[in-house]
Amino acid sequence: MSNIPADLKYTESHEWVRIEGDVATIGITDHAQSELGDVVYVDLPSVGKTLAIGETFGSVESVKTVSDLYAPVAGEVIEINGELAAASELVNSDPYGQGFMIKIRLSGEVPGTLLDAVGYGAVAH
Amino acid sequence: MRQTTVPEPKLIFEKSRAGRVGCNLPKCDTPSVDLSSILGETREDLHLPEVAELDMLRHFTNLSHINYGIETGFYPLGSCTMKYNPKINEMTARMTGFANLHPLQPVETIPGALEILHGVQSILCQVTGFDYITLQPLAGAHGEMTCLMLVRAYFESRGEGQKRKIVLVPDSAHGTNPASAARCGYDVKSIPTDAEGNTNLAVLEQTLSEIGDQVAALMLTNPSTLGLFEPNIEKICKMIHDAGGQVFCDGANMNAMVGTTRPGDHGFDCMHLNLHKTFSTPHGGGGPGCGAIGLQKHLEPFLPKPVIRTENGTIIADEDRPKSIGRVAGFYGQFLMEVRAYTYLMAYGKENMHRISKYAVLNANYVRARLKEVLPPAHDRPCMHECILTAEKYKKEKGVRALDISKRLIDYGFHPATNYFPLIVPECFMIEPTETEAKETLDEFCDALIAICHEAETDPDLLHNAPSTKIVGRLDETLAVKQLDVRWIPGAENKEYTRLRQAIQ
Repeated sequence: MSNIPADLKYTESHEWVRIEGDVATIGITDHAQSELGDVVYVDLPSVGKTLAIGETFGSVESVKTVSDLYAPVAGEVIEINGELAAASELVNSDPYGQGFMIKIRLSGEVPGTLLDAVGYGAVAH
Repeated sequence: MRQTTVPEPKLIFEKSRAGRVGCNLPKCDTPSVDLSSILGETREDLHLPEVAELDMLRHFTNLSHINYGIETGFYPLGSCTMKYNPKINEMTARMTGFANLHPLQPVETIPGALEILHGVQSILCQVTGFDYITLQPLAGAHGEMTCLMLVRAYFESRGEGQKRKIVLVPDSAHGTNPASAARCGYDVKSIPTDAEGNTNLAVLEQTLSEIGDQVAALMLTNPSTLGLFEPNIEKICKMIHDAGGQVFCDGANMNAMVGTTRPGDHGFDCMHLNLHKTFSTPHGGGGPGCGAIGLQKHLEPFLPKPVIRTENGTIIADEDRPKSIGRVAGFYGQFLMEVRAYTYLMAYGKENMHRISKYAVLNANYVRARLKEVLPPAHDRPCMHECILTAEKYKKEKGVRALDISKRLIDYGFHPATNYFPLIVPECFMIEPTETEAKETLDEFCDALIAICHEAETDPDLLHNAPSTKIVGRLDETLAVKQLDVRWIPGAENKEYTRLRQAIQ
């Protein structure tokens, strides 16, 4: 059974979001990394890029496939996880911590359509 | 862990000894020149292998013995049609009249070659139901792209080039489809598959009602990559046509239809064929590929040139094509592949061609039926030329993945099936037996898979550690993807080299 922390919000496309003030930290879920298998490369946007909800902000490549990453919230990218360039395996080993992908400064409301842990648990069965 | 039963072969570089030679050259009877005086700086660190003739002979003979191919065993890779390539193809392609042709020979001197090209085109028109065929594209994805270039030229000629900028691609499609569309400057929109494995008509209808006037084409694989025939194909083609768009058929799965049904009759405007899949020209390292395309009359003015056609009873290579998209390949495409395809087509003949698709579909359904208790089909309906199974229960219950089952197949002496494609099926296992396999071979393969699934229940680690009886064990695929560097580096003490060696242990 995959790990789905109760304090995060989720998308149906398997991203997680941690909201702290006006900053959202974003990554992919434990279920997603488990389905992808060993992550070998993560393509991330430049700091300063503005993202709309649902916009593709990068991609994650595993030995199996390449998947797009979708922004769960809108705003400006203020940080990317530079560690992933040399250590993409962090996405597998610590998806909710050291394996995060980007931080966004929110430009609007957090959409109400994001899932809570129970809701996401039903998606990631 | 590696448990080899056969010693790991050394690289030919490791067998090298300075000064050892395979042949003795006669004493040079012309004045020698210092190369560096002509070339400037020269290198002496190339480390080319120096071995005797016998060393070299044994080296490559032994390598050939550990190779696996269709000539040593069953090769069930799905979505690939790794069918056997009859040896008669090689005999005709090696006939000196074909093999010794020069690409720059004047066209008047190659009537026989033109006749082969025209013959292949004519037969493929009959097989696919399209009005025209060009053999120029050099591979499947190249054929896809050429079709989209024709579609683009068609809309530009009608003044709709700027308006129609979207290509629709189902989510079960081969990755080459969206890549071809993007390469031609189109935006790609994905159309989901419904629970039965068909194109989701409701979503397609909704999409067309919103952006139908911007859609240039739908790229549809039929049968789909789920190994299922699209039952709504005529309706889908009509929906796209009513919105003013074109419909492209990805012909990767033509082996399910050849001689039985024709995409040109289903409503498609153009399609690509993989001669290296359906028509038995070499595939998988043996290539080169050949991505012939078929098209309906309205796309004909834009055909790549030269167009091989008849004029007053003579076959000509027509270069006078003002609306042509131009050349998409040098000369006439992969000519010797056309000779092979022609041989194959003529060997079957019109009367027997249906046997290809019928046996391909029968074999896939036989495998599906024999395995359904251990590896359930992803969809509850007969498949076409390949069956899509899921190993999901072993992952959930025993932590055994489709990949582990595939690796264990290697221990049983079979080439693994395709894993994890299409992506929309969890722990996907895709098997395409092709028509050329006997029932006994299919039974041996199914028996092995049934035994492996039993092992998954009783001894999962056997699968996690597979393969364990071969020259190399489980490869570190992550390392291979991250640091793909297969150069030999002199000196086993070299760190990089030792690390790479460890990756295959």
